[in-house]
Amino acid sequence: MIASLSLILLCQLVGEVAVRALAVPVPGPVVGLVLLLLLLLARDRYPVLARGPLGNDGVESASRGMLANLSLLFIPAGVGVVQKLDLLAEHGIAILVILAVSVIVTLLATVATFVAASSVFSGEDETP
Amino acid sequence: MSDNPFSLWVYLSQSPLLWLTVTLVTYAVTDAVSLKTRRHPLANPVLHSLWIIGLFLLLTGTSYTTYFAGAQFVHFLLGPATVALAVPLYENRRRVAAAVLPMLVALAVGSLTAIVSVVLLARAFGLPRDIILSLAPKSVTAGVAMGISESLHADPSLTAVSVILTGIMGAIIVTPLMNFTGIADFRGRGFAAGIAAHGIGTARAFQVDEVAGVFAGIAMSLNALVTSLLVPLAVTYLLR
Repeated sequence: MIASLSLILLCQLVGEVAVRALAVPVPGPVVGLVLLLLLLLARDRYPVLARGPLGNDGVESASRGMLANLSLLFIPAGVGVVQKLDLLAEHGIAILVILAVSVIVTLLATVATFVAASSVFSGEDETP
Repeated sequence: MSDNPFSLWVYLSQSPLLWLTVTLVTYAVTDAVSLKTRRHPLANPVLHSLWIIGLFLLLTGTSYTTYFAGAQFVHFLLGPATVALAVPLYENRRRVAAAVLPMLVALAVGSLTAIVSVVLLARAFGLPRDIILSLAPKSVTAGVAMGISESLHADPSLTAVSVILTGIMGAIIVTPLMNFTGIADFRGRGFAAGIAAHGIGTARAFQVDEVAGVFAGIAMSLNALVTSLLVPLAVTYLLR
């Protein structure tokens, strides 16, 4: 458990350092994600790596545990709404309507493009 | 027991312990309700935790800064959770690799739609320029969106609020909307949730279907990159 968490933090740390050192506009944790993915892929190639957090479902179960409660992690930032109540009182209705319409349009445009493109590119129509 | 309950409150309200506990307990309760209703969209745990905690802060006259001093331990885990997305991505690597091209096309269309639609709508509603700029990056995850907002000299805290509101609305609407369209491809449904509603949409996608969650996570990460490039361009063209 601790070893798995350490590995995840280590990936993020390397990601943050790399992003700052190279001054690229990529969030550090996204680089960390790629690193962890590469480690998992390398483990399939070289069984010698399958030890500690990379063996015995270690980092996998720690990650699943964290992702199962992903919603929780947005609450501290979200409570920041209390600081903006005056602005929401002034423009609130307009902002809510705009965001709602925009999110619906974006969902529909994205899913329609994805479905259309996947039938164009592979002729495959996957229905789970 | 102390003869002055007020001094106990003064002590507790300034300690991280109380606000961390409030955050976890509120989430535990709202998440249990969400499970009880078999993950009904309107029982979204983020939505209900926000108003409950917000109301509690208002009633006790607690500042957001004090609250955040405790809640930051939870907030911090957003980074490691992003790294953790590597695991479901790895486990579903074959399905992901098979869908790379559709993902890239949907990313371009979705990212552009998210930005252009919000800027045009906000202009049609006659909102002031600085508010429009703050709303423009609302579909990417909070940290990145606030960075974009700062670089445009907009209001990062308003951006954070619009990001959270967008995420909650996306998470609530995505399942009924997709069921209505009759699209059963959970790769596409998840991908759309990640583009339109970032991490909160991704959290929702994981509740509904693991494959949807994986595609939402990829969409969220890619959109963070594309949006930081597109927003400055889009606002220069659309807001002259």
